[in-house]
Amino acid sequence: MSLRRPAKNQPENFEFNSSSLVAANKILLKYPEGKQQSAVMALLYIAQRQNDNWIPLAAMKYIAKFLDMPYIKVYEVATFYTMYNLSPVGKHFIQVCTTTPCMIRGASKLVEACKEKISENECELSSDKSCSWMEVECLGACVNAPMMQINDEYYEDLDKEKTLKILDKILKGEVPEPGSYRGRMNNEPENNRKTLMDHKNA
Amino acid sequence: MLRDHDRIFKNLYNDMGSDVVSAQSRGDWVNTKEITDKGRDWIINEIKNSQLRGRGGAGFPTGLKWSFAPKEVGSRPHYLVINGDESEPGTCKDRDILRFEPHKLIEGCLIASYAVQAHVCYIYIRGEYFVDGQKLQAAIDEAYEKKLLGKNAADTGWDLDIYIHYGAGAYICGEETALLESIEGKKGQPRLKPPFPALIGLYGCPTIINNVETIAVVPTILRRGGKWFASLGREKNTGTKIFCISGNVNTPCNVEEEMNIPLKELIEVHAGGVIGGWDNLQAVIPGGSSMPLIPKEKCETLTMDFDSLIAEKSGLGTAGVVVINKDQDIIKCMARIARFYKHESCGQCTPCREGSGWMWRMLERMAKGDATKDEVDMLGDVTNQIAGHTICAFGEGSSWPVQGLLRHFKKEIEKRNNLDPIVQKKNNIPYLVDQHLLDKKNA
Repeated sequence: MSLRRPAKNQPENFEFNSSSLVAANKILLKYPEGKQQSAVMALLYIAQRQNDNWIPLAAMKYIAKFLDMPYIKVYEVATFYTMYNLSPVGKHFIQVCTTTPCMIRGASKLVEACKEKISENECELSSDKSCSWMEVECLGACVNAPMMQINDEYYEDLDKEKTLKILDKILKGEVPEPGSYRGRMNNEPENNRKTLMDHKNA
Repeated sequence: MLRDHDRIFKNLYNDMGSDVVSAQSRGDWVNTKEITDKGRDWIINEIKNSQLRGRGGAGFPTGLKWSFAPKEVGSRPHYLVINGDESEPGTCKDRDILRFEPHKLIEGCLIASYAVQAHVCYIYIRGEYFVDGQKLQAAIDEAYEKKLLGKNAADTGWDLDIYIHYGAGAYICGEETALLESIEGKKGQPRLKPPFPALIGLYGCPTIINNVETIAVVPTILRRGGKWFASLGREKNTGTKIFCISGNVNTPCNVEEEMNIPLKELIEVHAGGVIGGWDNLQAVIPGGSSMPLIPKEKCETLTMDFDSLIAEKSGLGTAGVVVINKDQDIIKCMARIARFYKHESCGQCTPCREGSGWMWRMLERMAKGDATKDEVDMLGDVTNQIAGHTICAFGEGSSWPVQGLLRHFKKEIEKRNNLDPIVQKKNNIPYLVDQHLLDKKNA
């Protein structure tokens, strides 16, 4: 079990802005009447997007009121799921997969690169306060190992050098191209494709 | 090798684009009405005849599962839930279906919903696959536009709405009842079974839960006939399967192959061989991290299907093949898997919550050579106290890889760990104290 605690410094108030409100009301339509509690995960996610990638306690209280459910139930959900950040993270949030399939293909080199470029410890803001990184469990791109996720995008088939280059771009404020960094097409066997050859548009 | 003609996922590598027009050119949505016109019983029977087994890990016969749905819709509506919470280390097949073959999945949803009489279908996607989920959403929007979903979907006379529900980074939500809890807006903690979801599931209503791959192959099976599907593979292990080959191979990849394919062929032909040659192979995890590993000697002749792997005391699971060569420290690899399970335990049952941490800490020490001789057996004892003593299968999933390690690499662990078991003052004996209290980082 992962132990997660909310940040010490909490803002006093939180309210959805107009675009979040539109998105939240749209989410509510997905679920049957009286089951609006189902929307809590999506709403927490919207709150996280609005609030620089983390969820303050005030947002949980706001969502509890919004969905007419007990605050503690929102708190439970927010602390249970690991993708909800309970304390501030960088605007560029870098998650390096270090589970076994990535580990045996050299994920520790990616961690080294993050330590060099961003911060010595995980979950620590970089010197310009724009980035933070952390080790995470399997991100589900094992045949493209080692890989990392920056905000929503996956960066695959990496090594230390490529990671350093990506991080440099991120620190400069650019958005590097997501996907495989060895130039292969998605999940195909690199230079070794033996199936579905008719369609290959190499 | 399976002929391209028999492959179901022709756009696995996205050579052709995933939009509805190119999907139709590949045969999706062509005669959906003809299929549903043949009736529910025909559909369920055909799936039964194809002997399709669930692709999510447990391998439960899909036709049988569908037949558990109540025949008449009572006061409670029926639901279809698609499990796309793919989080098993070593597995990345559903992601490719979501982003490259979304229309196969959507059409499968329509047919399955018709068969189990559901008007609402939820697709649960892990939160990390946000971008892939957006692609699926785009495909769903396309389908609504073309009237393939919504009222009288694809002219079948059946109304269906599909909604995507994102997870938020919890492995346990891949367990079907935890997934239902998660959709209901609660912590993802599994429910006791029975009652089974087919009778009391989402919001207390009858619910059928299937894996993404299972549903995505349904339209093709019904088009080409259950007999065709059953002719591939072998008895009770029929059809094709997407294998994900990762780890120490030259060209890691996803590939759709026939069931019962030899493991060696999978590795040598598709994955370009083990790094350092076949003789450099140490062990293979055949079905995602929760399946016990298989040492090299057995890999020579092993075939990949549900029953032949069970015979080797392992399992096909999700068919995520992780190849580990001799350059890796096998104990470290397993310690990392144990750390994964420690991190992902939902905390509901004590044996799993505490035991997964125990296993990880013991394995970490064993990897360093800091454990005593008797701890090796004690580790086995811990695994036995977790497996079978929990609400869901996570207990088995977390202890099987450790048991596999002990079964095949016990000598290696013993060679590295031969400290005297007698309590010595200078030796901190971690299992005599609550170690996580000493080491706050582990909490």
